[in-house]
Amino acid sequence: MTKEERLKKRYNSEKRFKFYGILSVSLAMIFVLVLIQNIVSKGSSAFSRTTIEVDIIYNANLLEIEGPITKEALNNAEFYDLSVESILKIFPSQNAKEERQVLRLFSPDFEYEVKRVLSKKPNKINDIVPIRLTASDDVDQLNKGNFPRDLPEDRRRVSNFQLNIYDNLVEQDKIGKKFNDYFFTKGDSRDPELAGIGGSLMGSFFTIVICLILSFPIAIMASIYLEEFAPKNKITDFIEININNLAAVPSIVYGLLGLGILLSVMEFPRSTPLVAGITLSLMTLPRIIIPCRASLKAVPPSIREAALSVGASKFQTVFHHVVPLAMPGTLSGTIIGLAQALGETAPLILIGMVAFVVDIPGTPVDPSASLPVQVFLWSEQAERGFVEKTSATIMMLLGFLIVMNFIAVYLRQKFEKKWN
Amino acid sequence: MNLLLLAIILAFSLSSYFFGRSEARKLVTGNIKLNALPAYYGYFLALWCGLPALIIFGGWSLFESTIIKTLILSDFSNIQSRDLFYERTLSFFNGNFSGEITNEIKVASERYAYLNNLAHNSKIALVASAIIASVVFAYKKIKNNNKARDDVEKILKILLFTSSLVAILTTLGIIASLLFESIKFFSTINIIDFLFGTSWSPQRAFVRDASTITPEEFLELKDAFGSVPLFAGTAFIALIAMCVAVPIGLFAGIYLAEYASTSVRKYSKPIIEILAGIPTVVYGFFAALTVGPFFRSLGESLGLTVSSESALAAGLIMGIMIIPYISSLSDDIINSVPQSLREGSYAIGATKSETIKKVVIPAALPGIIGSILLAVSRAIGETMIVVMAAGLAANLTINPLESTTTITTQIVMILVGDQEFDSPKTQAAFALGLTLFIATLFLNYIALRVVKKYREKYD
Repeated sequence: MTKEERLKKRYNSEKRFKFYGILSVSLAMIFVLVLIQNIVSKGSSAFSRTTIEVDIIYNANLLEIEGPITKEALNNAEFYDLSVESILKIFPSQNAKEERQVLRLFSPDFEYEVKRVLSKKPNKINDIVPIRLTASDDVDQLNKGNFPRDLPEDRRRVSNFQLNIYDNLVEQDKIGKKFNDYFFTKGDSRDPELAGIGGSLMGSFFTIVICLILSFPIAIMASIYLEEFAPKNKITDFIEININNLAAVPSIVYGLLGLGILLSVMEFPRSTPLVAGITLSLMTLPRIIIPCRASLKAVPPSIREAALSVGASKFQTVFHHVVPLAMPGTLSGTIIGLAQALGETAPLILIGMVAFVVDIPGTPVDPSASLPVQVFLWSEQAERGFVEKTSATIMMLLGFLIVMNFIAVYLRQKFEKKWN
Repeated sequence: MNLLLLAIILAFSLSSYFFGRSEARKLVTGNIKLNALPAYYGYFLALWCGLPALIIFGGWSLFESTIIKTLILSDFSNIQSRDLFYERTLSFFNGNFSGEITNEIKVASERYAYLNNLAHNSKIALVASAIIASVVFAYKKIKNNNKARDDVEKILKILLFTSSLVAILTTLGIIASLLFESIKFFSTINIIDFLFGTSWSPQRAFVRDASTITPEEFLELKDAFGSVPLFAGTAFIALIAMCVAVPIGLFAGIYLAEYASTSVRKYSKPIIEILAGIPTVVYGFFAALTVGPFFRSLGESLGLTVSSESALAAGLIMGIMIIPYISSLSDDIINSVPQSLREGSYAIGATKSETIKKVVIPAALPGIIGSILLAVSRAIGETMIVVMAAGLAANLTINPLESTTTITTQIVMILVGDQEFDSPKTQAAFALGLTLFIATLFLNYIALRVVKKYREKYD
């Protein structure tokens, strides 16, 4: 091999090496894009829901109200018969089986939707009131184009009869789309069209607040002690080793801790944000302490020396000068720690937050789910409607994480002093 | 109620701050000078007012329910399934019990009402007397013009120290909760059978009290908890993950550290790190609903049978999740290799890639190995991806297209939903947790040692 050939080979290998680097970086970035694109394309349709407009005949005789029709009586009345009568009029059905199929085009909650509108309008009695009722999940998916229509009937969830009605309704312009407020305000449900993240949102909120209340003060105090006051001895070393190890313990082990100690020994209520918050705060604590200590360490010794030289005590030095200067780094470390806690799922599953909870929790000791657990729960469901709900929940979760990380970065860039 | 008590304690504490401060100001007469700023006397009184009361309040609240439960159950020693009985008593007491109301439940709930009331009243009495006693004590000290700042700082220092002990307490808690159940498990199942058995089917040990196992049942249980398939599955999925993450992560780290211009670095590094910030349940969802079925249909078109819960899909997605752990750490480590080493290599005519391969990487190798070990420990402890995308049945296989299960998947599968404590099945989850804890601790320990040792060399 001549000199030139060797040189060429070396340069080629240089180019190849650099290409591998570029390839790796781009692969990693492509993964990010594919993941986000996949979630958004699946989830964005969940923010609207399909409605079917029905002319409800406000026939007061079907309400079974005895005595005068007052607002109060309307509030207690049953609107089921009235709703069914009007709904069946949208398409002529031959027998009871077909009637059931017509009703199944609507969400099981149609009765309450009718009631919500009509009970406020006693003056409309015996009139015809058009109301946009929520369609069932099958119709919803059909309308969003997620159901292939050309499959044989026995492999479809929508029968030919129902398809016929649907096409008929489309022609009459009765099918509409509406912003899906149910998704944000309702709790979990077995019916995808009625399932919402209201409950898990509150659950996550309580969990994170408890986690913040418990972990932030303890983490700051611990890092102040370790960075400013701790003598160099075996106890301090032992504490430091513990913190570093805890930061790397798999999160599921914290779930076992919560289950073994908090639930079975201390008898805290199962499935509640309280236990979740405590468990997650134990997990987040070391992850907050490490950046807190780093930001305390970054405050130059000259600040401390200046304070001490004018007669401040060690505590005054630390609390009046060092801690305020380290605050931006401390806060951003805490927020990033909390963001990790917000996305954590495995420990919450172990402490029983996978229970099916319909009610929206009002206090931290009510059973509830949390956003990531909701993702896990819904991803196990077979209905097509839950796929878009799951993806939309992920979008919400990622949205919160992005906001939190953005705040953390902003705090650090805006307020952190650069020494040197 | 508890919240009200807490608020009262805090209110007392706050008012005693102002009281202490004004009392201190009154001390200044003639030639008497205060030993500290008046505010410190306030802090002193407030701390003494609040801390003992809070400690008593917290401790009492933590153990109240457990103590009441033991007291009540000790009256009914002849009752089977004691936890269930207690649950029923509680729900009867709260008025939402539906079921057969036995005489025992009535008696127990009366006893519960009595004890609950007693506990409540004594808690209030105890907290009130603690406040009074400590305030009187502290007030006397203030009157003697104590060195309030020194005293306050002493108390605060103890507080700071205590909060740093939480880390040790957490470790102890983890070890205690894992060991306690694991020891019970290993008293039923031989540890050798657990570690070296090759058949895992815990559902065979369904609803059975560990203390009443007959010899025949014992023989059957013996080979229900062989966890080798789980260890193998965990290692296998972690291996697939590392096959994805190590080359991509390492090359990305090298490129960012050595080749990339500042502007490329500035944007691409945070984007890659997004991968580490995405919750693992999202990856699990992606793997289970997109990647798994994709591989399956790909396999079908190639004439292969691919399980929709294949180890390949789970491992691939886990590998993607781990990329930033390797790329960021190796980027940092490569950056900390002294520039003089590179310049020496360039000076004798080496190209950039030769310098990296022959000089920089060997110099950074311990750190890179450390970062890979940390990534391995992440991979074996990772839960949600494998729970959602890997299989549930334990089968020993090295075919990446079949499904395997992992330690973490089995822990979740055993403990999800209702579990009955004292059954070997539940305890098995804790034994698995202990194994996982020890394994990750070991890996982290070595990794941190390697990284630390290397860092000292160049600082």
